[in-house]
Amino acid sequence: MSLDHATVRRIASLARIRVEEHEVEPLRNELNGILGWIEQLNEVDVTGIAPLTGATNMAMAMRADVVTDGGYADKVLSNAPERIGDFYVVPKVVE
Amino acid sequence: MTMQPKYAIEGSTGTWEVVVGLEVHAQVISNAKLFSGAATAFGAEPNSQVSFVDAAFPGMLPVINAECVAQAVRTGLGLNARINTVSRFDRKNYFYADLPSGYQISQFEHPIVGTGEVEVELADGSTKVIGITRLHLEQDAGKSIHDQHPTKTLIDLNRSGVALMEIVSEPDIRSPEEAGAYLRKLRSILRYLGTCDGNMEEGSMRADVNVSVRKHGEPYRTRCEVKNVNSIRFVMQAVEAEAARQVEVWESGGTVMQETRLFDSGRGITRSMRSKEDAHDYRYFPDPDLLPLVLEEDWIASLKAALPELPDAKRARFIQSYGLSPYDAAVLVAEKATADFYETVAKGRDPKIAANWVTGDFFAAVNRLGRSIEDPPVTAAALGGLLDLMADNTINGRIAKDVFEAMVETGKDAATIVDEKGLRQVTDTGAIDEAVDRILAANPDKVEEYRSGKDKLFGFFVGQTMNAMAGKGNPGLINETLKRHLAAQKE
Repeated sequence: MSLDHATVRRIASLARIRVEEHEVEPLRNELNGILGWIEQLNEVDVTGIAPLTGATNMAMAMRADVVTDGGYADKVLSNAPERIGDFYVVPKVVE
Repeated sequence: MTMQPKYAIEGSTGTWEVVVGLEVHAQVISNAKLFSGAATAFGAEPNSQVSFVDAAFPGMLPVINAECVAQAVRTGLGLNARINTVSRFDRKNYFYADLPSGYQISQFEHPIVGTGEVEVELADGSTKVIGITRLHLEQDAGKSIHDQHPTKTLIDLNRSGVALMEIVSEPDIRSPEEAGAYLRKLRSILRYLGTCDGNMEEGSMRADVNVSVRKHGEPYRTRCEVKNVNSIRFVMQAVEAEAARQVEVWESGGTVMQETRLFDSGRGITRSMRSKEDAHDYRYFPDPDLLPLVLEEDWIASLKAALPELPDAKRARFIQSYGLSPYDAAVLVAEKATADFYETVAKGRDPKIAANWVTGDFFAAVNRLGRSIEDPPVTAAALGGLLDLMADNTINGRIAKDVFEAMVETGKDAATIVDEKGLRQVTDTGAIDEAVDRILAANPDKVEEYRSGKDKLFGFFVGQTMNAMAGKGNPGLINETLKRHLAAQKE
């Protein structure tokens, strides 16, 4: 698998990361290096082995349906770039 | 069974069939959110029900709410669906201001519920099975408010992290009517189960509508997705409008492009959401913060054992044990509260008369007064009391309608109204004889016509006699007396 210029641009745009034109080629080489390294995993024969979703063979722990959290709008909003009342405020995003 | 004429669009190149699949987002009823301990209640102060997990503060870890899992399993069971004992959560990545983590925790490859089915009833009395592809659990996003500031958007994260069930249907729906019937049935099942309140106005149930069109016998053509439609009526309108648009595109030599569209309810059309062109590139991958969700068979069995009677089973029981028509039974079971109301009225009484009153005068009063089954103008017990007075011949059916209206107006019970207004039925044969004599004497010409064969006039005499007795005569006795007197005059 090898990424082309346009794909690198697309990934950057989906992730909302600004990439200057001169950065695309080095980034493409780096990403291709990573992909090539991961592709070596394809050489392992995994016939008949169940997919592993985690490093431990455990099931997920569950929590009771009880309200134990929230009620601290000030703390939640402490990193807000801007606020009006208890709302976060961002530049207008509308369809 | 004869085939009813199907919904179709007549174009200039022939007849087009409509193919629809629905993705319904149903908000799970739970106290706390899917992966955090913050509350889910609707209408709270902005950002007051937000934990650090919901606001995606660094290092916060999700822990799943057992009740949300149970609600998804109950819903799966209610949809006759396969429950997957092992499922997994994935990250669905997209960038939006009301999604602080930049991803929604969802289930992509391994949903908690697999294939199932829902049977819907159509207006012509036929039924149709709509396949369920899957149901998965996912987080809701926050809420963006665009109309409070000229250049800014306000964000409230109270809804962020609330559990949703996404219920995906097979593309089995072939008309706006079927889309509406499917949504109504799904909502009814969710409400019976108590897993979602189905309130579309508050956004606790929303639908994405996938529409394509094709000529009969063709494979599927390209579909478009109409996003976030928030009422059953709008879903039906969106199907109609989008199908008509696609037929026009194909017939004018164009090609329908797969895209996301919005339904403009004011203009009754769909329009493209160009900004969503990349929206389907979600770059899913397994959420490394969450282990596989493993369900014990015993636990699933215990949830199944505790399920309430669902609409289909209740409807079958109403038809079988109460002798109701399939139509009346379907109307009565659509909402659990209505079914419970009916059963209270019918208990120990004639079930068909009870059904007629509930679906007739009672529903009419509910609609006329803008009340609801939860806040009825007459209680089930009071309506039952009225039926008892008819059953023991204290009043006749005609007077009962007046008594019912008085009950609606005054809130008094039927017996009190009958006593106060002196509406007791007259079964005194002397009084009836006298009234009949008077009516016949006053209408010699009509008696003559009746005698010469105009049998229809019998109804006129019954009406006149009843009027003369202020509606309180026993109808059976009036009939009997009239027949006797008219026969006597004939001789």
